[in-house]
Amino acid sequence: MNQAAATLTPGFAQPVQDAQRVFRAVLEAMARPLQPQALAVPLTPPAPLTAEAGGVVLTLCDEQTPLWVDPQLHRHHEVTAWLGFHTGAPLVAAAAEALFCLASSPDAVPPFEDLSPGTDQEPHRSTTLIVQAEQTGSRQRLRGTGPGIREALDWDGHGMTEQFRTARAEHAGGFPRGVDVLITGRGTVTGLPRTTVLEPTGPDTAAEGGA
Amino acid sequence: MYVAVKGGEKAIANAHALLAQRGSGQEDSGESAAQERIASRQLRGQMGVLVSRVMNEGSLYDPNLAAKALLQAQGDVLEAVTLLRSYRTTLPRFGATVALDTGALPPERRISATFKDLPGGQQLGATFDYTHRLLAERLQVSEIPKDTEEEDDAAPGTMPRITDLLGHGSLVEPDHPEDWADEDPGDLTREPTTFPMTRPERLQALARGDEGFLLSLGYSTQRGFGNTHPFAGEVRVGEVEVLFEPAEIGYEVPIGRIEITECQMVNQFVGSAEKPPQFTRGYGLSFGRAERKAMSMALVDRALRSEEFGERRISPAQDEEFVISHADNVQAAGFVEHLKLPHYVDFQAELVLLRQLNAEFEGSEDAG
Amino acid sequence: MAESSTAVPPEQRQRTARVLAAASQQELAELWHSWPQKPQVEYLRGPESGLVMVQGRVGGTGDRFNLGEATVTRATVTLNAEGEESTGTAYVLGSYPEHAGLAAIFDALLNSSQRKRAMAEIITVLEQRQNTREAARRADARSTVVDFFTVARENDGGEGDQDE
Repeated sequence: MNQAAATLTPGFAQPVQDAQRVFRAVLEAMARPLQPQALAVPLTPPAPLTAEAGGVVLTLCDEQTPLWVDPQLHRHHEVTAWLGFHTGAPLVAAAAEALFCLASSPDAVPPFEDLSPGTDQEPHRSTTLIVQAEQTGSRQRLRGTGPGIREALDWDGHGMTEQFRTARAEHAGGFPRGVDVLITGRGTVTGLPRTTVLEPTGPDTAAEGGA
Repeated sequence: MYVAVKGGEKAIANAHALLAQRGSGQEDSGESAAQERIASRQLRGQMGVLVSRVMNEGSLYDPNLAAKALLQAQGDVLEAVTLLRSYRTTLPRFGATVALDTGALPPERRISATFKDLPGGQQLGATFDYTHRLLAERLQVSEIPKDTEEEDDAAPGTMPRITDLLGHGSLVEPDHPEDWADEDPGDLTREPTTFPMTRPERLQALARGDEGFLLSLGYSTQRGFGNTHPFAGEVRVGEVEVLFEPAEIGYEVPIGRIEITECQMVNQFVGSAEKPPQFTRGYGLSFGRAERKAMSMALVDRALRSEEFGERRISPAQDEEFVISHADNVQAAGFVEHLKLPHYVDFQAELVLLRQLNAEFEGSEDAG
Repeated sequence: MAESSTAVPPEQRQRTARVLAAASQQELAELWHSWPQKPQVEYLRGPESGLVMVQGRVGGTGDRFNLGEATVTRATVTLNAEGEESTGTAYVLGSYPEHAGLAAIFDALLNSSQRKRAMAEIITVLEQRQNTREAARRADARSTVVDFFTVARENDGGEGDQDE
């Protein structure tokens, strides 16, 4: 362990309180879709894992929740070691077998078909997708509707790809089955639960994404 | 059906305050001040058997917590068991231990009712057996004289289990078939209960089952309701080492010791078309000092194997669904005791219906 | 996350883990108190409490089954002394955060250049005490060994003709 653990950084400084704080933020994020919730918990996970995404995983995952991480994160041994050490969550190679999928960027999100929507009997066994989206460039102009949203809400997509949106829309309608998404930004977490319907409201602005 | 009601916050708070007062011993002592509180350490040290029972039925080994739960529950065992069961749900599970090796450490007590002269001897340990069952004026602790009649036969490292001594010949059924995968056992706390169960799942249910219920069922088999002709092959009480393999260490390490009670029941079996006549076995294992529980568990374990041996299933103790569904005293107490919660709407509906039927009955009588 | 090959051999780690787990919290606190030139301690994880599912085997050696859970407390620490870093982990049955924390500290010392000293001043000392206590308990238990004799045995050997 000397070598492996020497590179580890600590988890939450106050495991109970910090996890409760993050959980509260995640709860708010799921209750108020598309509205970023403040998430400020001191944490120093190994790069490229962010403090926000790391905090969400530490809060939601444990020995009983198979976890998938994208190939880029998987290449960083410190990241998988840190996640394994602090959560005990078993790492799985196939996204389909995971209860939680962690993507280091919107482009690293696994194909939507690979995510489990759960079953009608056990809709809670679906995949929860956690996406790091540091740059929330206005890739899309979207309108979100559904439970937790008064009338409608305009949303820039938080960097999520158009491909993901269309795949998600194609698989809509299976409620109570469905995939929930948590998007972490700098100091925030935003929820995109299975019940939120997204529709484009304007021309695809992906081309000017860098502006 | 129970319908939710609102209100009564103040009365409920006062009821809890009264409960705390009753538990303080204030009334009993006739004094104005509450009595000195019993420390959980004292309860643990002086009521070890009771603490063991709470650990078994609470399905959680932690003598400190069990003692605290008992104090909070004012001695109500089932209430304390419920407290432990609730508490465990707040903790993460790091994994499963290496299976206990009950024969590895020298036990404090090991007796056999089937073999008089067994290696290591009959060691009584701390037992209520052979006491006179006379209520003592005051409890005394006396020194244990060191010059015992039995000279220590070179202090045997361990005492082999009686069933290992018998050998897995044709006279006693083996613990497992030769071709054996040693599969991970099912876990009732993780997966929903379905029948029929595997024997490991059944043993888990029995291990957390109510001692009184299992005792009665075991007794019923002895009285002829599914007789299994049992002999207490061995009863063993002592500490065993617990080994656990943390992922970050990569191999098993000792994490402490726990006290356990084990019972190997040896039962007659006349044989069937497939199997020769041989001794069959029932197994009981429990936390702490819980001999009656382990023995009852072994009796019921064997009774529940009746189908396996092609025996006639005619008695309650042989009925898996009946035994397992009713062994858990947290479930049982919850369902029985929920009856005292407000059922006003239900009862009102029944009352209205009854009045109506009654009126119709009277009407028809008048007509007749 | 497997052990590095340079780590302490498993059987030695098992021995020291056994001794540290069996020690009392107070014993460990006293030994740590008297440890000179304490390194800087950083808690990587815990001390945090959790559960392990204790498994038994049907009949003692058969299929595994879940007997019930037990509380356990674990801790992982990093020690820093004059540029030397070492890590230690402890899992201890029960809900004793300080016990687990101290056991992890001693485990880290045993993984450092201080190993020899920790073996002599901590492990050996504790182990001797534990062996003494264990021997006394065993003697008490052995004092309860009985020799049951049956009527059949009384009448055995040479007395058979009297039965006639």
